[in-house]
Amino acid sequence: MSETAVKLSDAAIRRRMLADFWFYFSQNRGAVLGLFVFLFIVFIAVFAPLIAPHSPIEQYRDALLVPPVWQEGGKAGFLLGTDPVGRDILSRLIYGAQYSLFIGIVVVSISLVGGVLVGLLAGFFGGWVDSVIMRVMDVILAVPSLLLALVLVAILGPGLTNAMISIAIVYQPHFARLARAAVMGELRRDYVSAARVAGAGDLRLMFRTILPNCLAPLIVQATLSFSSAVLDSAALGFLNMGAQPPTPEWGTMLAEAREFILRAWWVVTFPGLAILISVLAINLMGDGLRDALDPKLKRS
Amino acid sequence: MIRFFLGKLLYLVPTFIGITMVAFGFVRVLPGDPVLLMAGERGISPERHAELSAQLGFDKPIWSQYLDFLGRLMHGDFGLSLVTKKPVITEFLTLFPATAELGLVAITIAALIGVPVGVIAAVKRGSWFDQVSMTTALIGFSMPIFWWGLLLIILFSSILQWTPVSGRISLMFFFKPVTGFMLIDSLLSGQKGAFTSALSHLILPALVLATIPLAVIARQTRSAMLEVMGEDYVRTARAKGMSSTRVIGVHALRNAMIPVITTIGLQVGTLMAGAILTETIFSWPGIGKWMIDSISRRDYPVVQSGLLLIAAMVMLVNLLVDLTYGLINPRIRHQ
Repeated sequence: MSETAVKLSDAAIRRRMLADFWFYFSQNRGAVLGLFVFLFIVFIAVFAPLIAPHSPIEQYRDALLVPPVWQEGGKAGFLLGTDPVGRDILSRLIYGAQYSLFIGIVVVSISLVGGVLVGLLAGFFGGWVDSVIMRVMDVILAVPSLLLALVLVAILGPGLTNAMISIAIVYQPHFARLARAAVMGELRRDYVSAARVAGAGDLRLMFRTILPNCLAPLIVQATLSFSSAVLDSAALGFLNMGAQPPTPEWGTMLAEAREFILRAWWVVTFPGLAILISVLAINLMGDGLRDALDPKLKRS
Repeated sequence: MIRFFLGKLLYLVPTFIGITMVAFGFVRVLPGDPVLLMAGERGISPERHAELSAQLGFDKPIWSQYLDFLGRLMHGDFGLSLVTKKPVITEFLTLFPATAELGLVAITIAALIGVPVGVIAAVKRGSWFDQVSMTTALIGFSMPIFWWGLLLIILFSSILQWTPVSGRISLMFFFKPVTGFMLIDSLLSGQKGAFTSALSHLILPALVLATIPLAVIARQTRSAMLEVMGEDYVRTARAKGMSSTRVIGVHALRNAMIPVITTIGLQVGTLMAGAILTETIFSWPGIGKWMIDSISRRDYPVVQSGLLLIAAMVMLVNLLVDLTYGLINPRIRHQ
């Protein structure tokens, strides 16, 4: 009887926290706008095969460099025009959303899991474990991120998978540092000592007792890393080191379009705009998350 | 202060050793035999292969090779480029001023605009200026700068024809580099129109490179100002009846500048990453373009030593930032 009562109140607390979170998040109009744009991009990515008017890689040889429909010479079949080999830009952008979201999810997952793991180890055990782990992280942080990612891709070979792995490695220290700092702050708290006295093992202490209380900064960092991952993978694609043609990845599309900038503005403008809008939406969300999750800022 | 300095310097040693290991290991983990790689497509006889391996030390154990590598670094020997056959360090030193000039101009633009915008946005919190400038800053922060550069080229170079598309100065001008900074050298040369030409080549890349640091600095300045303006000493100053210009300019700004100066200093890494993209778009003959060219040409000695030199430079600047931080904020020094 008493157990169900406890469970109910647990759920109630969770609902209350969620409501609280939404209250602070929705105070920030930009964040809500960002969320809606992001959901829209997710929708487009999921239903790309249904929405896209053409295949992203089909080349219409009779429609090379067709301008957007509102400009002279535009064709109704190609709303945003076609690229130098006659592929429909709108369809490529729609399929490109899949790549950007996929890259963001993979990069954040790898760097989050890896970073939190080593950060927890470093913060929890301290001593030489901490020293070794954090010096390795310092080495990664000492090299400008894009340069290190480029060098890693040079070792692994150009391509989307290797680009994602490289970017994840470069981002990992940020998560490790955050997790470590949070763990070191929490370790001295009474509830951790209580759990230890109650006989909780190291693993349980790390993952069940401490980790849930360090989540807020990690969530904010994950959002920021998501947008950086979209940006950096596009940059790698632009430098011919990321996704390879004919993949409709936005950065790769820009790389292919570069030589046509003076003749056909649309092949350059739209992919970049797609990158900017999605990165901006995620950053807006990140700002809102930070405001809603950071108790220090809440009451100010 | 000296103890603080030495402490910071000692802290960097393990990181730097780590970077030498990465740079050394980088060439080792590459698929393929390094000797064959050097020989290129012509191939090589087995005898010559063994001879070269012994000469380059590839037959020794790996730790001994690493120590040799460190020893060569200590003597300033960073290896030869496979493509140009010139010493890597010579190439680095020739190209570095171009990147330094671009970076310095970019960070100056970013600080000169970002700091005042951040201060005004904080003082007039919630006003239209605050909202417009912070929205713009977030857009700048989210900008894919390689695309932004292309857009600016379309507008200013193609449509308006105000600026050239690439390079550092018009081919009409030729003079010996004195400082390596084209803006200064063109003035020193005394040739008519040289300075204007250098400036018009520099302005677009500098603007592109300044975009993200500018956004970061404006946002950071605003939040630092807001934090400081809530402090007791600012309220005291106001209560004493000081003019609000004095309160903001003297009491708030000076304290808010501490984290802002750190932020400005820490943009070096961002600038280097941005330089790779900016220099590629504008064919700017600097380190960023040199690195990306070397990576695509598989010129591994250049990539290896370039990585090392750039990392060392970033670490050095970060050390300087730390020291400045200690100088202006005594609390840090005594921790």
